[in-house]
Amino acid sequence: MKVEQISIFLENKPGGLSGVTKVLKDGNINIRALSLADTSDFGILRLIVDDVNKAKQVLNEHGFAVGRTHVIAVEVPDRPGGLHSILDRLTTEGINVEYMYAFVERSGENAVIIFKIDAIDQAIEALQKNGFNVLPGDKVYGL
Amino acid sequence: MIYNEDFETLPREVLEALQLKRLKQVLDRVYHTVGFYHKKFEEAHVTPDDIQSLADLGRLPFTVKQDLRDNYPFGLFSVPMSNIVRLHASSGTTGKPTVVAYTKRDIETWAELMARSFAAAGLTKNDIIHNAYGYGLFTGGLGAHYGAEKLGASVIPMSGGSTKKQIMLLQDFGPTAICCTPSYLLFLSEVGEEMGVDMRSLRLRVGILGAEPWSERIRQEIEKRLDITALDIYGLSEIMGPGVAMECIEGRHGLHVFEDNFIVEVIDPATGEVLPYGEKGEIVFTTLTKEAFPLIRYRTRDISRLMPEVCKCGRTFVRMERVSGRSDDMLIIRGVNVFPSQIESVLMEIEGLEPHYQLIVDREGSLDTLEVRVEVSENIFSDEVRKLQNIEKRIVKDVKDIIGVSVKVKLVEPKSLQRFEGKAQRVIDKRNI
Repeated sequence: MKVEQISIFLENKPGGLSGVTKVLKDGNINIRALSLADTSDFGILRLIVDDVNKAKQVLNEHGFAVGRTHVIAVEVPDRPGGLHSILDRLTTEGINVEYMYAFVERSGENAVIIFKIDAIDQAIEALQKNGFNVLPGDKVYGL
Repeated sequence: MIYNEDFETLPREVLEALQLKRLKQVLDRVYHTVGFYHKKFEEAHVTPDDIQSLADLGRLPFTVKQDLRDNYPFGLFSVPMSNIVRLHASSGTTGKPTVVAYTKRDIETWAELMARSFAAAGLTKNDIIHNAYGYGLFTGGLGAHYGAEKLGASVIPMSGGSTKKQIMLLQDFGPTAICCTPSYLLFLSEVGEEMGVDMRSLRLRVGILGAEPWSERIRQEIEKRLDITALDIYGLSEIMGPGVAMECIEGRHGLHVFEDNFIVEVIDPATGEVLPYGEKGEIVFTTLTKEAFPLIRYRTRDISRLMPEVCKCGRTFVRMERVSGRSDDMLIIRGVNVFPSQIESVLMEIEGLEPHYQLIVDREGSLDTLEVRVEVSENIFSDEVRKLQNIEKRIVKDVKDIIGVSVKVKLVEPKSLQRFEGKAQRVIDKRNI
């Protein structure tokens, strides 16, 4: 039920981001979702892509520092309070969310949100038990 | 192994008597043949006859780099050009280069000192030495070359640059020893690893590394990455070139100064006062045997201390601690003396950091600032901002705790900092611009 995310270290300088997107384009890799966290000095680009191994390989070849992390993708009902219901559940269970971002594509009628959670197994169990749909990696890469 | 047991293991009192005899000879010679020294001694109201013991050395004036520049190119030579067989020159990054000269006998002396250095590293005629010091005006290449031949080893006169070719020859020729700067050896291993070469499986077993200050951590890093023993060699062209002092493989703690050829002193760089053994200060050399270009009390600007304790290798020569910086590399940041090598030591204590860094000195208003740029390798990279900021904070705190200066840390992309094939230039000082 886990999804693999890659993250890339970027200095804050002109052309930093396009350097990554060019490598991915040339590697014929499709970005499924992304988020950029930045400070005044550096940024961390987090990506869900259709081919994790190849993306890491081509980025490494171009000298980028690339991390791989497990995250979870959860379907969220597309209505007011949809996201809150998930976060409320996690809070009740005492589970801390490191960060989250929205998926570009929808899954049927639902939006998809990516969560980075340290207690990932506990979160998956809690969400599934309470009727939330945690999407498997294969499905997410192909959305 | 000791190359010249007769000299290298002389009892101290015999060695000191030899030094005094040779000192008197060299003083007599420079006083009568080098106008600069004649004038300088007169100004200090001292003649060679006043020097009757090694302790009297302190009465003689220092020679500094500026004296060499003022007498450019040949003003300090003590023999006519017809007796000189070789010239070398420093890189001269600031103004004119420093020119040095050798007679035929000087070249032989130098070759012997380098042969002694290689022997101290455990090398014999059965070794193959890959010499990646630059050949040319720089003393490193030819100095090591002649020493290797004198020892009877096989020398590969590779010189610097052509890094991929170096790696090919390291694989194909199977050298057992390599000579270069420590930063270049790290660069070589990095390129080798990128080429898919297992740098630990080469036949190399020892590195004779010098020409720039380096830290114990860099030594450990080199030894781990190449599976070799890394030894420190010291020298400077003004005094001879490489082979003025060499670490022995038995002790691996401090470099034996070849005291039958040089007198070494440590002084307080601010006052010029001679410091006792054990105290840290600027290293000063007097050449005892050099014919073409003798120097009296030459201030090296290298910071070290002398260790008189007897070494287990059997050499009686005093050891100088690994050079911890240069008095002119010393940065003064808001009144705190900072050596780049100190910052390096702090960085190398932090798990996962690469040994590549750069220091940017600048001034904001009237305040000096020091920025430390560190490459983010995958070992320390995280998808969480907080974890990367924690690394920045850790560096800031450690530098503050250990060196006492506040720095700003900037994480940069892997391999974005310059790599060096010669001496590493890690400091960019923007204050003068």
